[in-house]
Amino acid sequence: MSEKEMMLNEEIELSDDMFELLDDSEKNSEFIAIESKTFFRDAWDRFKKNKLALFGLIFLVIMITAAILVPMFSPYTFEGQDMANRNALPSMDHLFGTDKLGRDILVRIMYGARISLAIGFASAFINLIIGIVYGGVAGYVGGKVDMIMMRIIDVIYAVPSLLYVVLILMVFGNSITSMMLAICLTSWIQMARQVRTQVMSLKEMEFSLAARVIGASDWRILMKHLIVNALGPIIVCLTMMVPSAIFTESFLSFVGIGLDPSIPSWGKLANDCRTVIFTYPIQILWPVGAICLTILSLNFVGDGIGEALEIKR
Amino acid sequence: MIKYIIKRLLIGCLTLFILATITFFGVKAMPGDPFTQDNKVLSPETYAALEAKYGLDKPVGEQYIIYLTNVLHGDFGESISKKGTQVSDIIIQRAPVTAKLGIVAFGLSVSIGLLFGIVSALSKKRWVNNLITAFATLGVSIPGFLFAMICMIIFAVKLGWLPVVGLDTPRHYILPSIAIALSSISMITRLTRSSLKDVMNKDYITLARSKGTKEVWVIVKHGLKNALLPVITYCGPMFAGLITGSMVIETLFSIPGIGKEFTNSITNRDYTLVMGLTIFFGAIVIVMNLVSDIVAALVDPRIKLGK
Repeated sequence: MSEKEMMLNEEIELSDDMFELLDDSEKNSEFIAIESKTFFRDAWDRFKKNKLALFGLIFLVIMITAAILVPMFSPYTFEGQDMANRNALPSMDHLFGTDKLGRDILVRIMYGARISLAIGFASAFINLIIGIVYGGVAGYVGGKVDMIMMRIIDVIYAVPSLLYVVLILMVFGNSITSMMLAICLTSWIQMARQVRTQVMSLKEMEFSLAARVIGASDWRILMKHLIVNALGPIIVCLTMMVPSAIFTESFLSFVGIGLDPSIPSWGKLANDCRTVIFTYPIQILWPVGAICLTILSLNFVGDGIGEALEIKR
Repeated sequence: MIKYIIKRLLIGCLTLFILATITFFGVKAMPGDPFTQDNKVLSPETYAALEAKYGLDKPVGEQYIIYLTNVLHGDFGESISKKGTQVSDIIIQRAPVTAKLGIVAFGLSVSIGLLFGIVSALSKKRWVNNLITAFATLGVSIPGFLFAMICMIIFAVKLGWLPVVGLDTPRHYILPSIAIALSSISMITRLTRSSLKDVMNKDYITLARSKGTKEVWVIVKHGLKNALLPVITYCGPMFAGLITGSMVIETLFSIPGIGKEFTNSITNRDYTLVMGLTIFFGAIVIVMNLVSDIVAALVDPRIKLGK
């Protein structure tokens, strides 16, 4: 038995005076003083600090609530005409005044909000699905498939999307559904590109290898592991799509080649005011204000989310 | 380089071909026809005669081949709503108007955008930065046509400073070109600012300064030259934006350009004109994208084309 082992085996006498009592306060040194936060909670806290983004969010919430409630509770309908009360200035009866046919502008604006916001959010959502599947498959499979899919995107992207939108509208008629379809079919490309880039870098990470090792299917790896990890950039891309969809719709309806003229979308409302622009310029304020503030708010919220999730664009 | 250009041109031709095909069959699938516009009831004989005149009685496949052959020979056919006018004549007649407006708008976007971008990247004053950021954010968010309407009310109606319709004198250009250029000015401002800010922190800028180069030259020769790249690549897509913008601005200001012609042709269901203009717009955008990529490569030798 070596000297070293003897030392280890030696009984050590422990006495109380070898120890010192700690202060009570030291007991808490390992205590987690703040509640631990999840990733999205953290992001929300950062988002709240961004005043513009918060303003945008509040504006949008108010707008959506008003769009739902105002047409339900207002005594006027969006097409009810009142010939005795045409081009009225804002008053207690008509908060925003009336248009050239005596229709209440507030109700029409809020009805337009329903249409414009629905088109914006719905087409962004469908975009999301097309973009994730297309970009995900291209990025995950890679190789020849990726090359062909990307060439297709290049070809579509080379032409201004408005030309396609106009064509689709001409073929399928001027309904709200075909407007959504037209916007979706032309604007998923950005999303697909974004998803592809993310998936391509994420699939090289260890966790996707680990998932493959335990026998997860390709589809499961793509959807449960890669896409979930790419959610940040996807959300940012998504929020940027809503305003551009609203813009496209109002643009086309304004020129008169968008939605059917009987549908009071914001672009159509702005177009209506063109005939009275010299006599009653105040009427143009409402649709212009609604479109601009909504798009602005959506952009602020998008930027805010981007910053909150710490995504560089 | 030449190989790359040829490759891009080939892809461009393919794109145009696909666009032409989609447009052709899309237009064929459209409900309604161009002859029953004014609620006039046409007798079956007249209808058949009209269809035969425009070749619409043949099978769609044959029409398609005939159309493509004609387009390759530079013949876009005869406009249906304007009897006896060739589509190519309409393009030749209307395009210069839009081109003039487009060039003014392009010049405005680049000059004002660069100016604002440089000022806000280099200025240390906070209010300058805030002001330009606010402008750039608003410019991207406010649709150009709404901005144009507000300007019309303020400058043309209330103040009476500027004319409202037409495009006869230089003063006529002010409102429409600003309205078309608004969003691209803001985009160029943003691009210039962020890229110039990046570049100005690079080591070679410090080196240039420490060699005693005048600050102006540091900014122009070393800073701007390297920072311009994103702006140049943006110029291609910007043309698409200018064309889109011209459609609504020309309608709004009653300018007889090609954008207005396009929206009119859609409401009139003028098949041949819609097809001709779509292909024309597509070709312009494809060429402009190519040009901006090539210019970017010429300016910046770090870019290797085709890789």
